[in-house]
Amino acid sequence: MSGTSAVLEVEGLTTALRNQAQDTILEDVSFTLGAGEVLGIVGESGSGKSMLALTIMGLLPSSIRRTSGAIRLLGTNLAQSTSEAWRERRGRDMAMIFQEPMTSLNPVMRVGTQIEEVLRRRRRLSNAESHRKAIELLERVEIPSPARRLLAYPHELSGGMRQRVMIAIALAADPKLLIADEPTTALDVTIQAQILDLLRSLQRDTGMALMLITHDLGVIAEIADRVMVLYAGRVAETASVATLFDAPAHPYSQALLASIPNLASQRDRLATIDGAVPTVGAMPVGCRFAPRCVDRRDACVVSSPQLRPLSPQHGVACVKWFASVPAAPVAQGSAR
Amino acid sequence: MTTQALAGSRGAAWLRTGGRAWQIVTGHRAILIGGALVLAVALVALGADFIAPYDPLRNDFRARLQPPGAAHWFGTDHFGRDILSRVIFGGRLSLEIGLMVVVMTGIFGTLIGGLAGYFRALDNPIMRLMDALMAFPAILLAITVSATLGASMTNVIIALSVATTPHTARIVRASVLVVREMQYVEAARALGASDLRILVRHVLANSLAPLIVRLTFVFATAILAEAVLSYIGVGPPPPAPSFGNIIANGRDFMVEAPWVTIFPGLAIVACVLGLNLLGDGLRDALDPRIKVGP
Repeated sequence: MSGTSAVLEVEGLTTALRNQAQDTILEDVSFTLGAGEVLGIVGESGSGKSMLALTIMGLLPSSIRRTSGAIRLLGTNLAQSTSEAWRERRGRDMAMIFQEPMTSLNPVMRVGTQIEEVLRRRRRLSNAESHRKAIELLERVEIPSPARRLLAYPHELSGGMRQRVMIAIALAADPKLLIADEPTTALDVTIQAQILDLLRSLQRDTGMALMLITHDLGVIAEIADRVMVLYAGRVAETASVATLFDAPAHPYSQALLASIPNLASQRDRLATIDGAVPTVGAMPVGCRFAPRCVDRRDACVVSSPQLRPLSPQHGVACVKWFASVPAAPVAQGSAR
Repeated sequence: MTTQALAGSRGAAWLRTGGRAWQIVTGHRAILIGGALVLAVALVALGADFIAPYDPLRNDFRARLQPPGAAHWFGTDHFGRDILSRVIFGGRLSLEIGLMVVVMTGIFGTLIGGLAGYFRALDNPIMRLMDALMAFPAILLAITVSATLGASMTNVIIALSVATTPHTARIVRASVLVVREMQYVEAARALGASDLRILVRHVLANSLAPLIVRLTFVFATAILAEAVLSYIGVGPPPPAPSFGNIIANGRDFMVEAPWVTIFPGLAIVACVLGLNLLGDGLRDALDPRIKVGP
């Protein structure tokens, strides 16, 4: 509609507890995601990664409220549309897969029924067509003997198999945007790699945009094009994968990368970040990372830094890079 | 060829499910015994026309208050009516009432409990109303409703449904509250399923186990309560026999002709015991946390 190729544009997204608007959970999150792009969202538990996904899907729990910001999916601002219109987009233009494949499927329905239901509902296929298409989908997610698997109940499948089924269901209506919330965390390592490969190749084949939420930087390195580092509900840094791994700018990103165990080094103690992510309602006034930051300055405690471009593709929200430069709001393109 | 293979595998899947169900039945003795009792009572009630040796309504004044014997296995009442036939037909009426109460309670309990549990805004108004209904002793409530509306089979069914629905709604609500937080519910929502679809296909479908157990007890309660209502004269009107009616008829002759009350009493025991065993067994079988060995 707006002529851009962006599948998803998020602008100034802020969410807060319903009755305490000052306790923000996400604060001023902005990013754009183009077709065929894989954006990794990293952060510790409690950094607001999953909350971001739920906000975009329009599935916020009733205790949390979106206070401001725009969510444009294919040019339509979902934040201004009715919840009914939002629901119509779910499963059709955007889909989501969850962390726990063991509990993401309805235990009393056959796998095939669950896939075919989405096909009938979202693509208006007949029973026979949806059955055929369901077999095709299971083939695409590399499940052997798909026709037989359609008749299985979820408890008859392994975790990796169930995650494949979840992916098949998510892909049923050819979404333009797929949000994967820690899709491999609950799986064991070999299966993790398989699922990531599968996601990556499906994403390449379909050209959909993929938003991958994880706390595992290894996963990011493997499949993402760009990374957004979230800390306590704010964007700390946004960069291409190569930039983030080679030259992380935010002290938090640096600390995260330093805490990855390195097989080559002889150290017997792992690097850690002291402290914990602040909880909602007890957020520091200035930079939210300041209490744990090794580069902390006086200014950090008082005012929160804006996300500003270091280079066109690299934005960081830390004063240490801009100490002499007067504050200017981040340009739109910087997040891309 | 492919469709044939497909049909075959669908059949195999059904067989697997059926096999597991059979394992559960045979693995829990309570289900087996209770189920057999209930099945036997149900078959007798269904085939009453063929099994009953006499017309349950036919008076025979030459054979009044006969003790059990070759001609009348369970004896006769003060009108000379054959007790065995009356118990058999009475079983039909009692089971019919019980079944209707189960259906009504199932429908309204699920509806009310489902709405209260799923739509949080409705929870308080609905459940406080249910609490108010529950505050009355069930049997007192049933007597009141039945006495107000008049004694008929329909009114007994309404009365007993009103009495058993609140508890059932509460049970459904409790499991809906658990199930609605499950990830597959959120996953369904993420696929754009409507509230109605989520409630019926995902939430209620996964809340059925406690409801089924509850309904077997409702069945037993309804049979007992029908007997109570009939006994005090607000049940289905005579001469149609029901367990309660037959006992009520024999009340005045309890000393001279105890068989008039004993046999329908035993029939009630068989029904209620069977249903309770079945309910207990199902509760154990359907609750994965309580693992009772076979």
